[in-house]
Amino acid sequence: MVYFYAIMAFGLIAIILAAIYKPLGDYMYRVFTSDKDLFFEKWIYKIIGVDPRKGQTWKAYLRGILGFSLLSVLFLYLLQRIQSVLPFSMGFDNVPGPLAFNTAASFVTNTNWQSYSPDVTLGYTVQFAGLAVQNFVSAAVGIAVAIALVRGFALRKSETIGNFWVDLTRATMRILMPISIVMGIILIGLGVTQNFADWIHVTTIAGNQQTIMQGPVASQEVIKELGTNGGGFFNANSSHPYENPNMWTNLIEILLMLCIPVALTRTFGRMVGQVKQGYAILGAMVILFAASFTFVVTAESFSNDPITSLTGGSMEGKETRFGIVWSGLFGTTSTSTSTGAVNSMHDSYTALGGMMYMLNMMLGEVSPGGVGAGLYGILVMAVVAVFIAGLMVGRTPEYLGKKIGPREMKMASLYFLVMPITVVVGVSLSFALPFARQSIFDTSLNNSGNHGFSEVVYAFTSAANNNGSAFAGITADTPWLDTALGMAVLLGRFLPIALVIALAGSLAKQDVVPVTSGTMRTDTKLFTGLLVFVIVLISALTFFPTLALGPLAEGLVA
Amino acid sequence: MKNAMALNMRSYWAGLKAVLVFTVIVIVYTFLMTGIGQLGMPDKANGSMVTNASGQVVGSSLIGQSFVDKDGNALPQYFQSRPSAASDPNLPEDQTDNVNYAANASSGTNKGHQDEDLIKSVTELRSEIAKREGVSVKQVPADATTSSSSGLDPNISPEYAAIQVRRVAKERGLTEEQVEQQVKKYTTGRGLGFVGEPVVNVVQLNLALDNLQ
Repeated sequence: MVYFYAIMAFGLIAIILAAIYKPLGDYMYRVFTSDKDLFFEKWIYKIIGVDPRKGQTWKAYLRGILGFSLLSVLFLYLLQRIQSVLPFSMGFDNVPGPLAFNTAASFVTNTNWQSYSPDVTLGYTVQFAGLAVQNFVSAAVGIAVAIALVRGFALRKSETIGNFWVDLTRATMRILMPISIVMGIILIGLGVTQNFADWIHVTTIAGNQQTIMQGPVASQEVIKELGTNGGGFFNANSSHPYENPNMWTNLIEILLMLCIPVALTRTFGRMVGQVKQGYAILGAMVILFAASFTFVVTAESFSNDPITSLTGGSMEGKETRFGIVWSGLFGTTSTSTSTGAVNSMHDSYTALGGMMYMLNMMLGEVSPGGVGAGLYGILVMAVVAVFIAGLMVGRTPEYLGKKIGPREMKMASLYFLVMPITVVVGVSLSFALPFARQSIFDTSLNNSGNHGFSEVVYAFTSAANNNGSAFAGITADTPWLDTALGMAVLLGRFLPIALVIALAGSLAKQDVVPVTSGTMRTDTKLFTGLLVFVIVLISALTFFPTLALGPLAEGLVA
Repeated sequence: MKNAMALNMRSYWAGLKAVLVFTVIVIVYTFLMTGIGQLGMPDKANGSMVTNASGQVVGSSLIGQSFVDKDGNALPQYFQSRPSAASDPNLPEDQTDNVNYAANASSGTNKGHQDEDLIKSVTELRSEIAKREGVSVKQVPADATTSSSSGLDPNISPEYAAIQVRRVAKERGLTEEQVEQQVKKYTTGRGLGFVGEPVVNVVQLNLALDNLQ
């Protein structure tokens, strides 16, 4: 029976996404290929002081990204440090330095890892004038990077790969903002709060005291999902009834997370002039996603670990209105899109269910991945897949008519090494450095044994992949984890971006190699299969030992 | 080298101005959305608060409450909510929170499925509920003994509501049919037959029962 509901749930989102795939994908194609600026965009370019018609070399494009991101981190850090003098701060004090750094780095990198508990740390102003701003622009940066890489494939003998400021502005103003306004209003209509009111103190029906937090939630909730950010307005994130009150808001939030990453494969196909190339990529995403969702539903429904068999169902850390299927679908979506929002506590999943969420991230966030980040991530994996296939048949590998030479392959290999190295080194240091180890055991862990180890693995996997979800029992607001995870989110975001932009630059310079009978087709089911194989192979080989110590060991005990 | 420095400075300067421009835009967006919510759907935008018969605000229909006394004992005239890990952060340290459902500290237990404390508390709670409702432990559904993700779950499963009907009816001097009728009224089924899970809203149900009398 649970599979019936799971299949219907999957079918429903598949049908809705199929319906918006072409319109949204084509719309985004026009956004990034049009040479007309809207009037308010002209004002923005004038204020920033850039010429929107001027193309940028890959170096200039990357300088723009890094300059903008660095200033974003500083601004967000500062805003938190002066919270006590800002309006609507609800009496909260300035955020301490290490925590403010961690949060600033986390939101600028589209991670939204939350070492802080919003309920006891942040007032309204830091959330809507700081965090929500980054929810928009960090997502726009991701889209910009993906579009720049696609231009690398589409352009011929070009020194430039577009203009970062234009891509950033258009992604924000023409894609994220209009969808947020429309869907945000719908969320309010379904019960998500939107006010600047004081918290409400009530005497409850049974005569107890209750303090009910308020706030401008809907405006932040919508972009939190649409931009695959994931940072909750409240501590309980999308399981809080004010963020996600019912089955319809849950459905909408799942669709918001998926719509842009999925439709970008259409935009990609249009930009390179072969929509079938986009379908092949999308196929790999769908296969990985469907397999993961099936695995989670199975693990949660048929476990016989102590809690599940005792209570008669894996409902610890799940909301009644979502149950196993709609918690599983939300969790799979969130961990597969690098969003990191949660409508159930991943820490309280069965060992194997929780492992699947880790694996979704360990795949490198490509199924379908975050806004933009998912597309450039899977395109890099496609380059690797083409290279491996090329080795097998002894031909120079090509992808979309561009030769994959030593320089391109170096970029791609470094790209997929950054994340695993960050995760493995981070976890190892946490248990190897004496002071780190002590803070982990004394303060951070909420669970013992293998499950405690999983909490640390999940934390670094989430940070390095810019996901932001957690095995949330972990207390991450310690000097060690604030710093280490803050570094992990920055490395996990900007090293890959630098490599992708450099790759875009070197691809754009090339002319296109004509298609011959010997060219390997990359718009076929065979290629989709190869791509899935390569993605799974790389992460399985890298992470199997780590998983064996954590969730696998825990799962085998039961 | 000097040239590179100048280029970097230029992108920082542009970056700073861009951060400020987008901050202003998002602030305008937030106020626009708040305006639309406040003018168009004030009840929803202001937290879906509910009032009792004498007009006092007693909570929100979306935010769960516990129906226990100060010592944490279940009040027999009310349908009971799920356990909650949301404990009021402003309580003095020596005071244990028996009430929970603190809507200023949303949280789950975040305990894994092998956790001994969790196993112990679930086992105890299960026999306590079975005893309270006069059913066998096998009839206690999963949501009755597990804490929700938010600690603010306003709902219970129809199964958990069903085993509580007899007790509530007896305590209130109502017939079981009368109580069942109210339960039915505050039950929401799956959307389109398969979206979400069927739930009973405990806050609205208990409020309605109070208003009957």
